[in-house]
Amino acid sequence: MSNESEGNFVTTDGRNIGGVMMEMKNITLRFGGVVALENISFNILEGEVRAIIGPNGAGKSSMLNVISGFYIPQEGEVIFQGSPRPSLKPFEVAHQGIARTFQNIALFEGMSVLDNVMTGRLTKMKTGIFSQMIWAGKAEREEIENREAVEKIIDFLEIQAIRKTPVSRLPYGLKKRVELARALAAEPNLLLLDEPMAGMNVEEKQDMSRFILDVNSEFGTTIALIEHDMGVVMDLSDRVVVMDYGRKIGDGTPDEVRNNQEVIDAYLGVSHD
Amino acid sequence: MLYREAGDYSTSYPEDSQTFPIKFDRYRYYAILAVAFLVIPFFVNDYWANAVLVPFLIYSIAAIGLNILTGYCGQVSLGTGGFMAVGAYACYKLMTAFPEISVMVHILLAGGVTAAVVTLFGLPSLRIKGFYLAVSTLAAQFFLVWMFNKVPWFYNYSMTGMIGSPERTVLGIVVTGPATDAWAKYMVCLIFVTFCAVLARNMTRGSVGRKWMAIRDMDIAAEIIGVNPLMAKLSAFAVSGFFIGIAGALFFSVYLGAIEVTEAFGIEKSFLVLFMVIIGGLGSIFGSFAGAAFLVLLPVLLKNLLVGGLGWPTDLAQHLYFIIAGGLIIIFLILEPHGLAQLWRVAKEKLRLWPFPH
Repeated sequence: MSNESEGNFVTTDGRNIGGVMMEMKNITLRFGGVVALENISFNILEGEVRAIIGPNGAGKSSMLNVISGFYIPQEGEVIFQGSPRPSLKPFEVAHQGIARTFQNIALFEGMSVLDNVMTGRLTKMKTGIFSQMIWAGKAEREEIENREAVEKIIDFLEIQAIRKTPVSRLPYGLKKRVELARALAAEPNLLLLDEPMAGMNVEEKQDMSRFILDVNSEFGTTIALIEHDMGVVMDLSDRVVVMDYGRKIGDGTPDEVRNNQEVIDAYLGVSHD
Repeated sequence: MLYREAGDYSTSYPEDSQTFPIKFDRYRYYAILAVAFLVIPFFVNDYWANAVLVPFLIYSIAAIGLNILTGYCGQVSLGTGGFMAVGAYACYKLMTAFPEISVMVHILLAGGVTAAVVTLFGLPSLRIKGFYLAVSTLAAQFFLVWMFNKVPWFYNYSMTGMIGSPERTVLGIVVTGPATDAWAKYMVCLIFVTFCAVLARNMTRGSVGRKWMAIRDMDIAAEIIGVNPLMAKLSAFAVSGFFIGIAGALFFSVYLGAIEVTEAFGIEKSFLVLFMVIIGGLGSIFGSFAGAAFLVLLPVLLKNLLVGGLGWPTDLAQHLYFIIAGGLIIIFLILEPHGLAQLWRVAKEKLRLWPFPH
């Protein structure tokens, strides 16, 4: 492990971490007078699980929204796969291979699980509206190919039994899983998870942790996640960014972060006398 | 045990993604098509064609069109009447300008013209949603009707301001104009209904339909998944306009023969089609048919029952119709807010297990 922040090393559990996939350079995001993110820089390496943590209101979700194109930062730049990214619309970001899940589940309630996951593959489906009208031939072929890919993900996440169920009938834990399936269906290079375990019980958290690690090791997907459960974060992630009040206060391996005095202060509070 | 899926397994993805995955449904669909194409044309008379079947088929097309926009893509439109007028006038202008081309082509082209116009009026949907969008389409309704009244070019400078469809034939059979046979009217409409319904179904089961539904259910999530909201919304407006235009063209050329725009395509028409879609079921092709059948058949049924059966005066029956229709709509919506299509789905789910529900 020569220089971990530059990438290209092998983790203790044998996964290959590649070069820098995404680099955030001096990102500053303001809403009027409120500074949501202040001069934040960090990078995400290919193949790693990167966690972003911090107390409520620290700017974690804003950070994720910058990555996925919802917010355009006033200053700084996002370098994705080696080249600076112009300010893109969210759907253009999706076409670059970045998928995400939401803190409050954002599934399509009126559609079945299968249709929801199939929607995740829209970036892969290219047939125009006219071949869709005729259906036979190109459109059907594409539909079947993508269905096969989707079924693999459905198998992987063990949601076969509910594939035809309308999403609105599912319990919370399963909805979270379907949302992960929808994000995975896009075969993303970078997967952003916004509190994948919020509101889950211990068992559901264990399931979800297992899925996240499996996604990372089997598909080689780079993952950036926000999570409040420190146990989960410390176990899952290779490196952690800690934020507080829109500033970065720590960055490093879970062990480094755990012993960082500033981080301890932010989480436990510090007496001002 | 009329309806069951036991032993009916899909063994491939094409089988699973077909329109009617359950055998019974499939056979019933073929049976209905066979009856509609091979039996009814030989028995249909003027009364049945003009009072029931032709308006039902035409409104079904319009309802499918509006259902794609409102039911699948979630964009409320109150401009259906005006858009149908675009189809009618486009068809009229094409029929009089190019008499040598088949009227079937004109009706399709009228659909295309309407698609372009509706897309134009769909542009505000990129900025505004819900009720506000509905109001902006209402503006389209009034503007279009006003325009067709005020600009004489659209009605070929005729004295009355009305447009009348000239006589045209398809394969030697008269399909427009006063000399049209009932069965010919019926067949033309049936062909277009089948065509539109199949197109609509194909689009809604594939990736285009999923884009629309994604926009309807949660537009932010749709965008993050890679749906371009501009393209998705405008394509829904265009497709919807295409169907509504065809419905308007048929309404004018085949069904009524001569129309006056304020009377034929006023705001009531917009509401009528919207009610069909709501009563039938938003986001369902079957629901479009069910809603159209309900609102076309109800007045005919009540009239026959009250005037023909009980011998009441016509005007009384007419007014009673409003009361009963209004009441039924309210009752239906309270019992099943998702429309007749949902009732049908629930009935099918029950039938699957019948007679052993446990």
